[in-house]
Parts: sequence; C-alpha cells; structure tokens
Amino acid sequence: MKLYLNFLSMHLRCALEYKASFLLTILGQFLISFASFLGVYYMFARFNNVEGFSYSEVLLCFSVVLMSYSVAECFAYGFKTFTATISNGEFDRIMIRPCSELFLVFASKVEFSCLGRLLQAIVILIYAISNSPIIWTKDKILIFIFMIAGGIALFMGLYIIYASFCFFTIEGLEFMNIFTDGGREFGKYPMAIYGKSVLGFFTFIIPLACIQYYPLLYLLDRPVTPLAPYTPIYTFLFLIPCYVFWKIGVTNYKSTGS
Amino acid sequence: MKKYHSFFRLYIVNSLQYRAAAFAGIVTQFSWGFLQILMYTAFYKSNPSAFPMGLSQLSSYFWLQQAFMALFMTWFLDKDILDSISSGGVAYELCRPLDLYNMWYVKSMANRFSKAILRCLPILFAAFLLPEPYALTFPPDALLALSFGISFIAGFLIVVAFSMLIYVITFFTLSPIGIRIVALSLMEFLSGGIIPLPFLPDKIRLIVELLPFASMQNMPYRIYSGNITGMQAVYGIQLQLFWLLTLVMLGKFLMNKALKQTVIQGG
Repeated sequence: MKLYLNFLSMHLRCALEYKASFLLTILGQFLISFASFLGVYYMFARFNNVEGFSYSEVLLCFSVVLMSYSVAECFAYGFKTFTATISNGEFDRIMIRPCSELFLVFASKVEFSCLGRLLQAIVILIYAISNSPIIWTKDKILIFIFMIAGGIALFMGLYIIYASFCFFTIEGLEFMNIFTDGGREFGKYPMAIYGKSVLGFFTFIIPLACIQYYPLLYLLDRPVTPLAPYTPIYTFLFLIPCYVFWKIGVTNYKSTGS
Repeated sequence: MKKYHSFFRLYIVNSLQYRAAAFAGIVTQFSWGFLQILMYTAFYKSNPSAFPMGLSQLSSYFWLQQAFMALFMTWFLDKDILDSISSGGVAYELCRPLDLYNMWYVKSMANRFSKAILRCLPILFAAFLLPEPYALTFPPDALLALSFGISFIAGFLIVVAFSMLIYVITFFTLSPIGIRIVALSLMEFLSGGIIPLPFLPDKIRLIVELLPFASMQNMPYRIYSGNITGMQAVYGIQLQLFWLLTLVMLGKFLMNKALKQTVIQGG
C-alpha cells in the first residue's frame, strides 16, 4: 500500500509538470463526455421517458456508470495500454522485480486526464440527485456507494481481461471495447431497455446491470426481488475469474524480445 | 496518377495482414450496431409519434454507419502524417516530386479505405439477413440508390478534406492535442455520430444541417434509408459539393501558406 502511494505521488508530479497541457486534456475529456451527455439530453427532450425511466432517473444511472468507468480507466490505465508494454519487452523487466506482476502493471501508469470524465459525472450526479424524488435513507446511500465501487471493480476486471488477452495475441483485441467503451456508452441507460436476452447477458456474464439496473430499481422504490440491492457485491466476485485468467496469461507468457 | 495508385495498393496490402484483428473488429461493430438499434427501439416503444424517422430507416442508417465507420469517422487521423509534421520528417516528403496536399489526401483516403474494405462486406451481409425492422433494407428506388452513391463518395471526400485541414493546422500549432480533442468531439456530435441529426430539436437541426459536418455521413445514410428524397436530396448533394470544393481550396491555400513558413528544425 505504501509502495502504491509512492507510485501515485510520482505519477501525479509527472502529470503536473506540464500544467497547461494537463488542464487542456482534462477539459478535452470533459467535452468528449459532454457530447455524449448532449445525446441523452436531446433524446429526452423528444421522448420524456424510456421504458418507464424518466430523464433524472436515467441521468442517475448515467452518472454511476460514467463515474466508475472514469475512475477505473484512470487507475487501470496500465492494463489499457498493456499491448505496448508487451510488444516493447517492458514486461520482462516487470517480471524480474520482487513484487506481484499484477500490482506492478497496475501501478505502472495512472492517467489523471481521465478525471475530466469524472468531473462530468459528478456534475451530472448533482443535477440528477437534486431533480429526483428519491428520499435518501442510510441504506440507500450505502447501496449507492456500492454501485459505484462495484462499477469500478467491474471495469477494472474488464481491463485486466483485456490485458490478459494480450499474452496470447500480442495485439489488443478490439472486441473487448464492446464491454469497456460499450459498457460506458450503453450503460447510460438501464440495461433492461435492450430487452431480456441482453439484460441476461449483462447480468450473469458481464455483470454491468448489477451496478445500475437492479440497485437503481431499489433506489427508486420499484417492486424488486429482495436480492436486487445486493447485486453490486456480485461484481466483486467477477474479479476472481479475471485474476485467474491473468495468472494463466502470465504463465503462458513468451517474451517478444527486443 | 500511377504514383498515387501505388500508394493506395501499399496500404491495402498492409492492412490485409491483420485478419484476426479485423474479425474481432467486425464482431464488435456488429454488436455495437445491434445494441444501438435496440436502444432506439426502446425509445420508439415509449412514444412512437415522437420518432422523427421510421424504425426500419433508422436501422439502415445504423448498419451503414457501422459498416463504413472507417470511411467516415471524424476522429480518426493518420498517425504517420501527424508524426512527420512534428518530427520534421515532412522534409523528406517535400523532396518528392509530388504535391504534398494531393499525396497526403490519397494517403488518408487509402488508409481509411483499407480499414473499411475488410469490414464492410460481412457487416452489410449479416445486416441484410436480420428480421424486418432491424434489418438493412435496399433503398426504395434506383434513383435514390444513384443519389446515395454520389452522396456517399462526396461525403467521404469531405471527411478526408476535413482531416487534411487538421493536419495543416498542426503545422501552425505543433502541439495540437488540446484543440484536436475539443474539435473532434464537437465534430462527432455535429456530424450525427452520436445521435442521428433528425433527433435534434427542429431549430437547432436546421442550422446544424447547413454545416459541413452534416454533409459527411448524415447525408448519404439518410438518402439511402429514404429519409431524404426528391429535390431535397438534389439540394443536399449540391451542398455537399459546395463544402467539398470549399474545404479542399481552403486546405490547399493554408498548406501553401504553411509550407512557406515552415522551418525544419535540424534532425
């Protein structure tokens, strides 16, 4: 833990070295996700509601997903750019260090500019909460925090899988984007609007709906199964197969040389 | 002409190397398109009367968008070209007996084309086989199909002309990341990449449709799906040609200006 804090302060000082460029990239990230927000805004200007979810309810869902995605991307950036680490032989250097590989890759990069998205998510969240009729009791706040934490775990797990694939293919595989970037884009809306089979897939295989649709229903006092508020915990279990897959990847690793 | 032709071939042969990556890309884009259609279907169900275009029109729009993404994506820039500007490699390019603007134009075209050619056919084929409101359908009549063809080519040329403009601006700023991100995200929205332009409120839509961005993917896809027909389509194509001419002339003008001032810094 102390080691990670050391890494973190190093990355932060690194990023702050070029202040102007740092701020511009944050602004840029903010604007990119702003365009995505505009998309939601204009859709609701026309339609009022989708499958029984109103504008502020969807925004709540949007902000949870965007927030967990941006935090995960910021800290798991080493996994996102793992293709480069493998193909330039950097991973060989990581393997000879007396520390777990997973930790070192995790600590190798932190991309603070992703926080532009986080900023956007916070703004949306404040707007959504002030416009929604939810009465925030203690257990609802707790569940809300678990939704975000679960989301972070989920997206990090996906990035670990993405990186583990690189052990076998060297090139990053684009189809993981449908879960990472796609999870962010399509997770704006509660997964139930895509129909039963998509919802099922995003519940049991990639538990994206567990951090937005089910707990959201609970927050909104809709009728739900008693399990619904606990679904975010399931995403932490999702990390186990990710870790196993990573381990298999490491044992199969063949250096690319150079 | 022959020189440009060989550039074209080089890129395409190169891109055929990564077949597994292309296959993964196809699967991704197909699922992406499918989820997008499901999302709009949900909106359609909640209020069909507010829907500005037919559901099957919209499906065609999205399938074309996914299939030809590489041709029309505004945020895609050729890394080689950007590197050569900031590293000074452009000096070598200037030694060649070719017009720099034309050469880069062909290069960008070839690069996009080579990315699209592997992907578009399987996606289009699979999209034709889907059940009714989700499927890609043929354009209503031959005349529309013809105007789609013209509009499609014009739109593609406009996208490339626009990316040329960004390269040229890089000559002046050298570190373009900030401006580029802002410009690109705005462009994606205005070109109908995030939500199709008919979904915008009417007042905003009327202005946005006049901008060059609406002449990119918006025009050909809406002609194909039958959302824009008759005289409107003719008028749209005229607008596209106008923007194409303007952007190319502007790009050439700025390029000449930039090259006069360019200082190659050793290396």
